[in-house]
Amino acid sequence: MPNETVKLAQVYKSFGELEVLKGIDLTVNSGETVVMLGSSGSGKSTLLRCINFMETPTAGHIYLHGDRVGAEKSGKIYYRESELCKLRSKIGMVFQHFNLFPHMTVLQNVMEGQITVLKRGKSESIQKAQAQLERVGLLDKADEYPSRLSGGQKQRVAIARALAMDPEVMLFDEVTSALDPELVGEVLKTMRQLAEDGMTMVIVTHELGFAYHVANRVLFLDDGVILEQGVPHDILKHPKTQRMREFLEGHSLFKLPE
Amino acid sequence: MNTDWLAAAKARCASMQHNWDFATIIQNWPVLMVGLKGTVWIFLVTVVIGLSTGLIVGICRYAKNRWIRWPATALVEIFRNTPVLVQIIWFYYAFPILTGIDVNPFLAAVLGISLNTMAFSAEIYRAGIQSIEPGQWEAGKAIGMTYSQTMRRIILPVALRRILPALTNRGIEVFKMSTLASVVAYVETLSKAKLIADLNYNPIEAYTAVAILFFVVLYPIVQLTYVLERTLRKSDA
Ligand SMILES: Nc1ncnc2c1ncn2[C@@H]1O[C@H](COP(=O)(O)OP(=O)(O)O)[C@@H](O)[C@H]1O
Ligand SMILES: [Mg+2]
Repeated sequence: MPNETVKLAQVYKSFGELEVLKGIDLTVNSGETVVMLGSSGSGKSTLLRCINFMETPTAGHIYLHGDRVGAEKSGKIYYRESELCKLRSKIGMVFQHFNLFPHMTVLQNVMEGQITVLKRGKSESIQKAQAQLERVGLLDKADEYPSRLSGGQKQRVAIARALAMDPEVMLFDEVTSALDPELVGEVLKTMRQLAEDGMTMVIVTHELGFAYHVANRVLFLDDGVILEQGVPHDILKHPKTQRMREFLEGHSLFKLPE
Repeated sequence: MNTDWLAAAKARCASMQHNWDFATIIQNWPVLMVGLKGTVWIFLVTVVIGLSTGLIVGICRYAKNRWIRWPATALVEIFRNTPVLVQIIWFYYAFPILTGIDVNPFLAAVLGISLNTMAFSAEIYRAGIQSIEPGQWEAGKAIGMTYSQTMRRIILPVALRRILPALTNRGIEVFKMSTLASVVAYVETLSKAKLIADLNYNPIEAYTAVAILFFVVLYPIVQLTYVLERTLRKSDA
């Protein structure tokens, strides 16, 4: 049986009256690359943000390596802040707008979590930071400030910053959407390399070509439920539902390979 | 008719021609310096207390928990909307009667000026913290930082850079506010100048000397902070 890294069981999330996630069941196995598709407002970001508790689910359970997050008392689930911080330190997240720390150099950005959260020593942190910067091809920018980098470089630093925490799983939320078209490729290439290295990843993207070539599994989220899922070839070429067909037609400008 | 009035005014001005005489001021220079020492001392005490308590209150003003936020808001509004002069006098005359706790001139002035500085700087800190993009909080949170770690390591360092000019202005304000301590006879520059003026009948020179003294002390310091701001701005955008 494959090693379940992340499991969501009947996860619901509402913002006030608005129910955004309506019973999500999802298992991500170790080393798997899952790509999540869906139109704007379908709840993709919310689902991703529930996995590392940037948002707290209204109901349902989330497991990391089989351990359930939170403690249940008389039917209600309680989360301690310290438990959630620990959990988040094991789950890497990369954002659409990079969110690098502007007052720190690239190297310091990648060291920060190691030192403040993991309490690693300085020399070890530097070593690990340099290794991850090397991995995303930006070791030569280690001493630059983020403001001096291009969007694509910023995003690769953000990826290195997450990787330096030795995460069990990486979450990507439309990480190429804010980039100039000519910079998208370098970031996708980095992510593809991670997938080949066996990193467990959940990726929200509109890059259908990337989904087709890199994903092990593609999910289609629609109105807070997983409407379809399957291997890229099946789901992208032969969608079963009308909703997904419409969605894919809307993306015809990202041509799928024949 | 109009010109008559103007002529009269001019004549009056001429009769009030003042012969500047700074000799007595120079004679009393050591007395003024004792006053300046008092000014610098109360400035240092109030600026440190005011800006550090202001930081705490400013962070509390930003808190999600209303039981933290409301008292902080109350403090800010009370001390922002009452005159410092009245506060100093109140702490000196009213507070001891109401509480039985003795308050000397120094303490009364420190309380009044510090609390006012706290209130105004708290708003500066809060605005600085609020100016930081929410994505910075998210990034800190996502790598497992606690609220206070994110605040200390990510939010405040950038916020402080942004509000440095506003805090500098506050500092200058505090330095000048120190003269209000003279109202309860705390020994500082203005009270010493008044003493000199009373003894030598030269209030014009005495108070002019105070103004010049403040300018001479503050101007170079302000220039220095400009340099500091420029250096800080280079490191980030
Ligand atoms: N913090 C929030 N407060 C209130 N509503 C939110 C919040 N976050 C997201 N939503 C709403 O939830 C819905 C799904 O949002 P999101 O998960 O961002 O969708 P997607 O990423 O698929 O575009 C949207 O209608 C959005 O307005
Ligand atoms: Mg989204």
